[in-house]
Amino acid sequence: MADTGVDKKRRRFLIGATSAVGAVGVGAIAIPFIGSLTPSARALAAGAPVEVDISKLEVGAMMSVEWQGKVVFVVNRTPEMLAKLPEIVPQLKDPTSVDSLQPTYVDKETRAREAEFLVMLGKCTHLGCAPQFRPEVAPADLGADWKGGFYCPCHGSRFDLAGRVFKGAPAGTNMEIPPYYFVSDSMLLIGENGAAA
Amino acid sequence: MSLLNWVDARFPLTETWNKHIAEYYAPKNFNFFYFFGSLALLCLVLQIVTGIFLTMHYKPDAEMAFASVEYIMRDVPGGWFIRYMHSTGASMFFIVIYLHMFRALIYGSFKGPRELVWLIGMLIYLALMAEAFMGYLLPWGQMSFWGAQVIINLFNTIPFIGDVVSTTIRGDFVISDPTLNRFFAFHVVAVPLILVGLVFVHIVALHAVGSNNPDGVEIKKLKDEKGIPLDGIPFHPYYTVKDIVGVVVFFIVFFFIVFFMPEGGGYFIEHANFEPANALKTPEHIAPVWYFTPFYTILRAVPDPWYGTLAMFAAIAILFVLPWLDKNPIKSVRYRNKAHLINLAWFAVTFIVLGMLGVMAVTDGLKELGTRGTQIYFLFFAITYVHSRPQQANYLMWFVILLVSVLFWDFLRYDSSFTENQASLFWQMLLLPIAYLATTLLLPHFIGGANREKEVPTRVTG
Ligand code: HEM
Ligand code: FES
Repeated sequence: MADTGVDKKRRRFLIGATSAVGAVGVGAIAIPFIGSLTPSARALAAGAPVEVDISKLEVGAMMSVEWQGKVVFVVNRTPEMLAKLPEIVPQLKDPTSVDSLQPTYVDKETRAREAEFLVMLGKCTHLGCAPQFRPEVAPADLGADWKGGFYCPCHGSRFDLAGRVFKGAPAGTNMEIPPYYFVSDSMLLIGENGAAA
Repeated sequence: MSLLNWVDARFPLTETWNKHIAEYYAPKNFNFFYFFGSLALLCLVLQIVTGIFLTMHYKPDAEMAFASVEYIMRDVPGGWFIRYMHSTGASMFFIVIYLHMFRALIYGSFKGPRELVWLIGMLIYLALMAEAFMGYLLPWGQMSFWGAQVIINLFNTIPFIGDVVSTTIRGDFVISDPTLNRFFAFHVVAVPLILVGLVFVHIVALHAVGSNNPDGVEIKKLKDEKGIPLDGIPFHPYYTVKDIVGVVVFFIVFFFIVFFMPEGGGYFIEHANFEPANALKTPEHIAPVWYFTPFYTILRAVPDPWYGTLAMFAAIAILFVLPWLDKNPIKSVRYRNKAHLINLAWFAVTFIVLGMLGVMAVTDGLKELGTRGTQIYFLFFAITYVHSRPQQANYLMWFVILLVSVLFWDFLRYDSSFTENQASLFWQMLLLPIAYLATTLLLPHFIGGANREKEVPTRVTG
């Protein structure tokens, strides 16, 4: 390019203006592409609540149900299990569930509407694995201090029988409680708060 | 050769061949570690070819993926062979790449004027990890599913926008068909294209500045009257022939694995992956494939999701700035002081130990060891910086500064809820970072021999 007789200011302006328009164009065309990555209408639609029959759930046992593609744990806790909850408070990160997710109507310590039934997302608050239900006391692999709870096999996070996380675990908060209510004594509905909320 | 003349008049064929192969002068003292660049290229070609043939039978659909892989293994003629070459090739690729990177570390190949070769190499490494991670989801086994669950949720830990980011990666609120479908697109089209492009640029950058060598001597400084480096030999035929020996040995190992231990003892293909993905149940013991495990241990060492994720990415990111941390003008470990050699040895051992911890279940002892290993991993970069100027370095001051930073980290994580066992492990293993700092900082301070650097020769040796 010969530089003689060139209006450099004008050339610089034209280069700048063309680049700016080009950049806006690239930005604009990126929107539909990124948009296509977000959940489709079909994925958004899947989210109906589920009914769970808890009449056959034995005392001290747990069942898993699927809701919105996630696992929900339902535990029928024994009185001994409930009695242990206050004892371990000093070892917990968030014993009264201040930083954790749960509907307002659950008790912050037992983390349930009705103390014996724990209804909880089976999803570790660290990186989302499904923790194992380990109600036994002091098993060989978890050590003498284990009082029963949930153990995440992925990075070893430990939770008590109310899904509250122990100190030293990679997980930061207690396991999440989904919205739910009791339709009757033997029937639970997961995914809605219910009238009595 | 009139055809060649015809082409050369229209395309720089002979010129390119000469520039990059026949008249590309490489140092004459390449050793074992210089096999791994060409072997990495071989791995890339192997993965692309076997991958194309797998794609002809694989179905990227959550309902069909697992069954289509079984179909490849059982019904497609030679399908098992192609699949095992692809899965073994992935692990071999990482073995080759780690040795290739280690070579750059010990001979200072990342230093000027090769910073760009190193940076492009790091981008290749990132792309390779993304490629391997997305490929691992495709068989839709238990390990595929839960491995992806954990890694995608790393993005979920980002404050404020984490949820949107991870949902956008998955294309759903949980890992499901859209996730599999898009990972397929990335794994077979997008990332391979990026990889090939980056490898091309990597080699163009290398050939612009020329190869380093085990002595760390710049051969371009001394040239004969024709402008040919005195210590250089043409890449072809000398190194093409040498590299063929490497290829033969590589293939002996490679096919031994493919035929006799295709699952690599559960490390190349994990056993839980023979079960189809089940969103309701995490396998008893989950671990990523071996080549991610050092970073995975670092993730586990930090008891907070977001800081753990940061530590893990920082462990990779810090490698990018290595050329600006190690300012020592001597490139090769051969001529640096003993303390530098000790430092490199600690780093290599720590990396391997972190990797081994990552495939084991966490116990109190292993958790503490992982944390100590993480501390040493990061300290390595500080020590590398201190060793830049061994004669002027204030080793005692740095010993104190780095020890205090270890103790500060320990102070943050020490908790009154530690059990007796955890507390005693905590104190015992504090010896590890102390021993590390002592052997790399106190040793060269008190023993002159450990701080002495050697004269770098003007010509390569051997
Ligand atoms: C697909 C992956 C890769 C391929 C195909 C590849 C290929 C090559 C080849 C053919 C060479 C020249 C031969 C040799 O020095 O061994 C080379 C040199 C080099 N590579 Fe790579 N490379 C890859 C990944 C990486 C990575 C991940 C890094 C580091 C972050 C890296 C850093 C370097 C450096 C620093 C050199 C110059 C070495 C020297 O001159 O001493 N490369 N690469
Ligand atoms: S996902 Fe549970 S500890 Fe990491």
